[in-house]
Amino acid sequence: MEEKTKAGSKRTKLGFWKWAIASIVLRLILSYFSKYLNLSSRPEVSTPLTSLRRLAEGYWLKQLSISPYSGSMYHGSPLLLSILGPLTAKKIEGHASHLLCSLVSVIADFISAILIRATGHILVTAHGHSLKALGLDKLFKDTVEILPSGDIAALVYLWNPFTIISCIGFNTSPIENLFVILSLYGASAGLVPLAAFGWVIASHLSLYPLVLVIPVIFLLGYGLDAPPRKLFVQSNLLVGEERSKDQVGVKNKPIKTTNFAWRRVVLFFFWATIWITYVLILCAISMKDYGGLAEMFKRTYGFTLTVKDLSPNIGVLWYFFAEVFDFFRNFFVIVFHVNILFMILPLAIRLNHRPCFLVFVYLAISSMLKSYPSVGDSALYLSLLVLFVNELSEMKLSFFLFCGYVGVSLLSPVMHNLWIWRGTGNANFYFATAMAYASFQIILVVESVSAMLNYDRKIRKLCTTPL
Amino acid sequence: MSRLKFSFLLFLILLWGSESTAEEEKEANEEFTEALLLRPLPDRKVLAHFHFQSSAPPTQTYGRHHYIFPKSIYQLVHKFHIREMELSFTQGRWNYERWGGFDPISSSNAKPPGVELWADFDVPQNQVDDSWKNLTHALSGLFCASINFLEHSTSYSATQWSFQSSSSGKLRYGTLPREAVCTENLTPWLKLLPCRDKAGLSSLMDRPSIYRGYYHSQRLHLKSDEFDTSKISSSGIVLEQTLTVVLQPNTFSGKKLQPSWSLSSLFGRKVTGKCSLSNSSNVYVQFQQNLVSEENESREKSEAQKNEILIHEGSHNNPLFALSHPPKRVIKEVENFQKEGSILYEYSVEDYDEYGPFELGLRWKVPVIWSCQQAPLHASRFLLGSGNERGAIAISMKSTRSNDIEIAGLDDEKACSLRVGIFQVVPWYVKVYYHTLEVFLDGESQATMDNIEKIHVSPSEDKVSPGVMEIVLRLPCSVKTAALTLEFDKGFLHIDEYPPDANQGFDIPSAVVHFADFVANMSFEDNLSKEIPILSKLQEKIPVRSYTEVLLVPLTTPDFSMPYNVITMTCTIFALYFGSLLNALRRRRGEEERLLKGKGAEKGPLSLLLSRLSAKLRGKQWEPPKPSSSSSKKSSVNYKLVAKVVLVAGIAIVWQFYYQ
Repeated sequence: MEEKTKAGSKRTKLGFWKWAIASIVLRLILSYFSKYLNLSSRPEVSTPLTSLRRLAEGYWLKQLSISPYSGSMYHGSPLLLSILGPLTAKKIEGHASHLLCSLVSVIADFISAILIRATGHILVTAHGHSLKALGLDKLFKDTVEILPSGDIAALVYLWNPFTIISCIGFNTSPIENLFVILSLYGASAGLVPLAAFGWVIASHLSLYPLVLVIPVIFLLGYGLDAPPRKLFVQSNLLVGEERSKDQVGVKNKPIKTTNFAWRRVVLFFFWATIWITYVLILCAISMKDYGGLAEMFKRTYGFTLTVKDLSPNIGVLWYFFAEVFDFFRNFFVIVFHVNILFMILPLAIRLNHRPCFLVFVYLAISSMLKSYPSVGDSALYLSLLVLFVNELSEMKLSFFLFCGYVGVSLLSPVMHNLWIWRGTGNANFYFATAMAYASFQIILVVESVSAMLNYDRKIRKLCTTPL
Repeated sequence: MSRLKFSFLLFLILLWGSESTAEEEKEANEEFTEALLLRPLPDRKVLAHFHFQSSAPPTQTYGRHHYIFPKSIYQLVHKFHIREMELSFTQGRWNYERWGGFDPISSSNAKPPGVELWADFDVPQNQVDDSWKNLTHALSGLFCASINFLEHSTSYSATQWSFQSSSSGKLRYGTLPREAVCTENLTPWLKLLPCRDKAGLSSLMDRPSIYRGYYHSQRLHLKSDEFDTSKISSSGIVLEQTLTVVLQPNTFSGKKLQPSWSLSSLFGRKVTGKCSLSNSSNVYVQFQQNLVSEENESREKSEAQKNEILIHEGSHNNPLFALSHPPKRVIKEVENFQKEGSILYEYSVEDYDEYGPFELGLRWKVPVIWSCQQAPLHASRFLLGSGNERGAIAISMKSTRSNDIEIAGLDDEKACSLRVGIFQVVPWYVKVYYHTLEVFLDGESQATMDNIEKIHVSPSEDKVSPGVMEIVLRLPCSVKTAALTLEFDKGFLHIDEYPPDANQGFDIPSAVVHFADFVANMSFEDNLSKEIPILSKLQEKIPVRSYTEVLLVPLTTPDFSMPYNVITMTCTIFALYFGSLLNALRRRRGEEERLLKGKGAEKGPLSLLLSRLSAKLRGKQWEPPKPSSSSSKKSSVNYKLVAKVVLVAGIAIVWQFYYQ
């Protein structure tokens, strides 16, 4: 994926808006024909959590004054139900039209792209600043030019086939992605209430963005992605010693960044509490007659965590839990979810100076290990990955990974078709592609993390060599 | 404790009642009646409907000891506080088009294939499910069937209003479409009869001839108002057992002529008299009054005239057919505008014995054709779509020909409409999207809610409860076809949840289609017939009801043979993720370089230690030194490995020697 974007980087600088609008038009055209594409029931696109068809069922039940969670159809948020529900029920010329819903997801995608672009701009400027602070800017300018990663990431988000498919596939993942990106943007732009809002809504919608609280705190506390703070202190001391004689005032400036901004973090938690209570109150109101909040938690988060639905998806958990002995089921449910949590601390320790990258890693890990993954999740982390084109330019295996992603996304529908529709294949065929996909994601995460660490090492080396 | 209280109460009531109702007590007695109804069917088959009814007077007045009424049933009723219960075992499918869908027998005795059980309890709401579970186990033992599979909450459902109109939310309904029905179920059922199959009409039940039929359904219906405190005069427990079989007479009587038959040719046995415990023991032969001989039809002689002949002759000798015995009585149905009546010939088997067994024969004189009364709509159900991911259920209802005239006569002052109730239970692994409910009238899609008068849906919950849909449609009378479609996704089960023959598919139980505006009852002219249970049953006003087909849904199967492979491979992936990511995070280039540099220095003491260890080993043992000395030349890592292997080998050898 990187190769493509790098090649097109010069073009994008010229016509970002042209390409963005072209992608929107493509989406609109495709969503008009989405009836024939039948993407809404693809296992890759809509999961039990995100499917709009299930949401429509929940809304219909609610209209009959039955709890939307009665029956095992709907597992999303009650807020989404009251916002998107009326849109699913609207019928244009007899046939149930999801056009309005896909319009919503097109808009969500567009806003996400804009926010990614803004975040990218902030990151690039921060990158430039930090290099300048380390005195490496000239060194870098000679060898590599700094790419406008925001534009590229936004275009990758808009033109990624995964995003397009999930946008016209009638599901809520574009909206969930929007709130994740909103939170990231809010945190990187220093808009604490926005960051808190995005984080709360994203966690409310799909639970897994809950772990993003750590990178958001780092973002608000330490500021944007930068090389390790130790380097600043070192170079600061070195530079300071040299310059202390003539300029005293400059010395304080870089040191300030190493301080943890407690005030903003406290503010973030304050706002987060406000938003949480707000969301919970709204949910409680809409769930008043149907068992209250306890029912909602049981049916949404409980369903996510216990992996009750065993219908095939691109993850590995469904087949595992379809085959595993009931006796061990609880054990493995715990193990798999703890696997996400286990990695939080080591990553946070090692990458605390790169909170935006940490967001990418957390999202990639959770989209790989989550109970009902879809291609929408991959679309999100892939475009966030592109935000770091400058840093990750020396990433290994990127062509291999690109081929792997393409191969899996071509093979997986074929295997699914063989198994489900033709009956000539069996479940193992499809599961094999799911395992391959998981492996590619693992390689992507590991390689990108080590590329990022290598980049930091390189900077350190460059910082220390002039001595 | 409660039982003690109850019996004490009973005692009090008995004390009180013994004086006041002394005369009534004598009157109320256990009763048993048996009857057999035979009816030729238009497609050259014969319907035989056995009807046995035993009743026990209420316990309050009669006590707990019975000499006719089966004890097991009495205990069942009292233990689970059953108000009403029906259990049916059926093999084959009732052919509504040919065998009729409007008469009492098809409405109450045509049952879905397999086992159907419903019960209405008289217990507090929170105990209903427990009572149901216990009841299924008790019945399972009683009837040698796997009724206990209905115990799980995924296989039964609570109906609100569509199945039994007088339901109070305490009714539970469950079916086992795949239950095979055979003699092992019939024998316990016969055991409930006082004469079993040794005497009386039940002696006709020769197993091979019954199970050779096209359709057989044994049914047990139980009604008790013992627990109804509001009612003063309770009628006790009434147990109704019926066996409905459709047989093919194997006498050939030419191509045109309907086959003639006799009891012995149908069943291979003869009736040797009544069961001496039964109050009445009758055989009825029923004919549709619209019998028309083919020749007459061609001559277009009016039907009414034909009927007149039939009725007026009223004997066993008429131009169309001949019965071997003169009937004891001829019972005519009152004709009404809704449908054409039928005529019953009654025979009593009381006067027959072993030496002169009862043998009834029917001989057709001329080729006749007639048609059975049809329900207003003929319902059938089928699946749409292919593949194992999703599909749709469609219930299509076709208007029967005579329909519109009749209904027009029924209620022409109102805007003529036809109310159709549908009750459908769908197992949880067929995940129905109820919002996709679509109604088609004459092939055109309708705005759904326009035609729905009443709807109740309780969607299925995974592994907990089945989906239940109760719906009342209001269709215009002029409708030719009506269809109802529902989309569904197919669920994926855990490997343990698949039955042994997983690839056969899963059954969706029959849907029940009922027409609330139409009652299937006969009304006879004389009042005498009310005393005979089978006739009063035929006169009972029950809504016309029919069952649709059982659907077979194939579900995708996982690979059953490789749970271990899946577990190990998935865990490998997780290990790969965990290990490689942690490795990437842990690695520090500077430290590694330092470590590499330091290795040379560390080699000295380590190798010294190891050589000392090897020397020690050499001192103790005479075998190990060779390899250890040779390996000392190699690199330290290799040396360590070999030393470890040697150590283990040495320990093994010592162990060996020690034990020898």
